[in-house]
Amino acid sequence: MSAEPVATRELALAGASAPAVLPQTGRKGEIRIANVVKIYGSEATGVRAVDNCTFDVPAGKITVVVGPSGCGKTTLLNAIAGFHSISSGTIHLDGALLCGPGRPKADPGPDRIVVFQNGALFPWKTIIENVAFGPMMQGRMNKKEAFERARAMLAEAGLRNLEDHYPGEISSGMRRRVEIARALMNDPKVLLLDEPYRALDSLTKSVMHEALLETFDRNQVTIFFITHDLEEAIFLGHRVVIMTTRPCKPKKILSVDIPHPRDYSVLTAKRFREYLDETVEAVHEEALKAFAAGERER
Amino acid sequence: MPAPGTLAGQIWRATAGTKFWRGVVATIVFLALWETAARTGISRIPAPSAVAVTFADLMRDPGYWFSWYLSTRRVFAGFLAAMLIGIPLGLGMAVSRAFYGTVFPVFEVLRPIPPLAWVPAAIIFWPTQELSIAFVTFLGAFYAVVINVIGGAQAIDVRYYQAARSMGSSGWDIFRRIILPGTLPSIVVGATVGIGIAWAVVVAAEMISGGGSAGSMGGAKGGGLGFFIWNSYVGGSYTQIVVGMISIGIAGYVSSALLRKLGELVTPWLRDM
Repeated sequence: MSAEPVATRELALAGASAPAVLPQTGRKGEIRIANVVKIYGSEATGVRAVDNCTFDVPAGKITVVVGPSGCGKTTLLNAIAGFHSISSGTIHLDGALLCGPGRPKADPGPDRIVVFQNGALFPWKTIIENVAFGPMMQGRMNKKEAFERARAMLAEAGLRNLEDHYPGEISSGMRRRVEIARALMNDPKVLLLDEPYRALDSLTKSVMHEALLETFDRNQVTIFFITHDLEEAIFLGHRVVIMTTRPCKPKKILSVDIPHPRDYSVLTAKRFREYLDETVEAVHEEALKAFAAGERER
Repeated sequence: MPAPGTLAGQIWRATAGTKFWRGVVATIVFLALWETAARTGISRIPAPSAVAVTFADLMRDPGYWFSWYLSTRRVFAGFLAAMLIGIPLGLGMAVSRAFYGTVFPVFEVLRPIPPLAWVPAAIIFWPTQELSIAFVTFLGAFYAVVINVIGGAQAIDVRYYQAARSMGSSGWDIFRRIILPGTLPSIVVGATVGIGIAWAVVVAAEMISGGGSAGSMGGAKGGGLGFFIWNSYVGGSYTQIVVGMISIGIAGYVSSALLRKLGELVTPWLRDM
């Protein structure tokens, strides 16, 4: 705990005093990915990005998908979100078919919200307008209600006094947290996070991690988190799915048996190091293969 | 040092820097060289002192101001039409592939034709000289507006669409809340560039077409700033030529500055970035 940044401690206090804004009943968010294949281009000559991929994302848990850059993790996330189609296989959310035979592409919807790698807050809307966007679009709230709840949501995340700023005026770390608040405003079943902290420096990253875990502890929303940082994966995840390089499928699935709520002291714990040792070789192996195959950063 | 925030403070801040004084010195050196060149006979362009005297005289001449009025009216008519037609056209091309496929080839064939090449055709086609000049001015601004709108709308990050779709936005919501504000900065750029071109074009169009039918009202000094310059040349008043040139410089600068200010007002998120 001694290395814990001051900002995080303030955040913890803010989180402890405010009641959870989200309703926690009736929300599940279990994703079942079965035999999913994604081929870019034609069946014969196209690039096989995802190959016969099967694993579950349990409800109310954090599942982290780790793999080399360009391995097809994002393809999977885009299929769940409904941004891209799959070639075969099925993806179910709480038993309902998202995409599968006869329905290659899921419909995007507020039950699955993506937090993007480089962030996608609307630059032309203020922070409060961004956060209030979802419920207003869905017609669930009028402007006044949406703004009220957005204000509560921002306060709960320790982001008071940012309301009237534009995203370009705040730090990138703050922007990520605002974006997660915006996502939660939709009462999603699943949060899909695509390497959201990749561009951040390691100090900011550690603050972000603890903020995310706090958000999770408050809301218990299912989180599907993509990264290529193994330490990040084990620190955050209940379950870590290590992917092979292209075509992408699970190579090793790990249950991280470190109780939540976690904080940064976990990083030095013996158990954490053991998980790291156990997986580092598998990841390195795939990284080498990816490097040899000439996969590049997107 | 005056208090910050007050007008005096603002002037103090604007004039305190080396940058400001460097500009002042450069202008003085330029004028001095020009004056010397004119007095020693190196250059046949009238000296700045002579130009200043003519300028002072013209300030009291209603004909000169009528030229200002005419050119400004033509520029704004053409520019406004360019915005009103160009923005929807550019947005339409950006959002609809079919519309783009239909319109863009025609647009691209017409675009390389310089607006001034349209002057004779415009005079034949439009019933009045006034409309012909405004039309040519419109063309000058139009291409800049359309190209910028298309480019701006196409450059909107796909993530914004995806995020908006996930959060339940309809097609109309996406147009109104993503495409429109996302294109606004490019619309401002297109407008600023467009009005500059409009001024360049109006002057030449007035020279070629002879000031238009309204030219007679202001006498030899009316008919628009372009006509004013040409008429001064024909009449041998060389100092007036220079005054006309400087007038156009001022007009272009002021219009662009106004549009930039207006642009800052409608895109508040781009401030201080």
